[in-house]
Amino acid sequence: MAEAVRFHFDVDGDNFASAGEASVQVKKLLRQLALSPEVIRKVSIAMYEGEINMVIHANGGTADVTVEEDRITIVLSDSGPGIADIDQAMQAGYSTAPENVRSLGFGAGMGLPNMKRNTDQMQIESTVGVGTTVTMVVLI
Amino acid sequence: MSNFKHSVSLIAEKCKGCTNCLKRCPTEAIRIRDGHSVIDEDRCIDCGQCIRVCPYQAKRASSDRFEKFADYKYKIALPAPALYGQFERLEDIDYIISGLYECGFDEVVEVARAAELVSDYTRKYLLREGIKKPVISSACPVVTRLISMRFPFLSDHLLPILPPIELAAKLAREEALALHPELSDQDICVLFISPCPAKVSYVRNPIGVERSAVDGVLSISDVYFKLVSVMNHLDRLDHYAKTGIIGISWAGSGGEASALLNDKYLAADGIDDVIKVLEEIENENLSDLAFVELNACHGGCVGGTLNIENPFIAKARLTNLRRYLPVSMNTSPRESGTFIPEEYFWNKPIDYTPVARLSEDRGKAMEIMARIQQVNDEFPQIDCGACGSPTCRALAEDIVLGNSTDSQCIFILKEKYKELKKETEGVHDGSTTEDQAGS
Repeated sequence: MAEAVRFHFDVDGDNFASAGEASVQVKKLLRQLALSPEVIRKVSIAMYEGEINMVIHANGGTADVTVEEDRITIVLSDSGPGIADIDQAMQAGYSTAPENVRSLGFGAGMGLPNMKRNTDQMQIESTVGVGTTVTMVVLI
Repeated sequence: MSNFKHSVSLIAEKCKGCTNCLKRCPTEAIRIRDGHSVIDEDRCIDCGQCIRVCPYQAKRASSDRFEKFADYKYKIALPAPALYGQFERLEDIDYIISGLYECGFDEVVEVARAAELVSDYTRKYLLREGIKKPVISSACPVVTRLISMRFPFLSDHLLPILPPIELAAKLAREEALALHPELSDQDICVLFISPCPAKVSYVRNPIGVERSAVDGVLSISDVYFKLVSVMNHLDRLDHYAKTGIIGISWAGSGGEASALLNDKYLAADGIDDVIKVLEEIENENLSDLAFVELNACHGGCVGGTLNIENPFIAKARLTNLRRYLPVSMNTSPRESGTFIPEEYFWNKPIDYTPVARLSEDRGKAMEIMARIQQVNDEFPQIDCGACGSPTCRALAEDIVLGNSTDSQCIFILKEKYKELKKETEGVHDGSTTEDQAGS
């Protein structure tokens, strides 16, 4: 059995223009691993949404992607404000994004629902004032 | 080895082995080996970027020579609309068309005519239910090849209608056979006059059809010099041009998209931005758009490397040239409604041909990837290209795949040199003391 392959990315919170870069990098790497296009797309979309969330709400964070025999695990970690009510945040259309971000076409409240839709497992751990960690699994 | 027949190649004796093309190739298809550049045919998309950036003109696009087709009874020229932007103080496209007849062509069919038809049918296609949006233009062969290599989910977003070059060739043949019943299909040769190497490759490796109706591709730059000399001595000027504003505008970025009379479009040009837009579409971020026009060259087809003129100047000339023309002179029959003839569609699916895979076996690919990560960690990540690979990461890949060695990295070499120097200095110091002791 092949050993897990790990990728680590720092998601820069100050640079909105480069938000989404890590997911593009991951897509490039996953293409090399002979994964099915469907799996690559799911990971890419879920990670893109998560990455944008970290930039909008948490001034950036880290993204860790682990590829194993049967799954890809994405862990997005930030030290942002945390999510007070996770169930509410998961509702489609619910958003706390500031106006300047919405004016760029982001903050439609579809980020977390999209992440859930594109992954097989998703878990959010969050403490208000401390930060949030989202763990997503896409089965291969 | 791929079966893809490329048009971009290297003139080895002119190549100095510098890093200009290496660093700018959008698919990392170039390496510098033994002092000159080498193109990986599996990865090359014939975008012409290396031709554009080479300071020594060591990259070329191999197009066909007109003389090669001398034996055909009936020769048809298909001038790309970009050709119209190459001439100084040109007032009328008829000079170009007359000039082409003068050069030895029996017929001239403007690709801009077919482009206007494609625009018309695209408008109808966009009305269809159940099509994947945004629809992506299939006119630039660099874009279609890139999609077939890297974006499998986007192949059914591609406009499945024949691109203007192919439709023009098809119409040209049909018209010639109708007009000259004495001719058979083998007597006719259709020659496209191209602004870019990618169209040369397209004809050799068509997408969406089994075989292209184009027989050969001449470069605008070759035809230009023949044309200028005859255009100055034309004894008559007939009214040939059958193109409106839309057809001519296809030569520049945004022309195809604006012809759709639909505000929900995006037009991007330049290969790097094209790739970014494709990534965005794949991530479903542009689902509210109806149409996306993508041109690998900056400025659109006027930016192709087989042109003579600077793309901005060419575009300005085209704007001037189309000023008093009608919007379009080629439309589908009005009574046909939203109908699109079956023969105008692609008849062959696009194959996904991934080139980036480290191995077809995933377990093996993961092992290779893990080794690449390890090797890459040793490198300075400054992507200088001195090793002959475009980035440190690419060098790591090349080493693990057996195509390079770490001794190619001058930074590692420098470190080794320093260590060696320290050691030899130490030895040298020691020997000096002994010498002194012995004397």
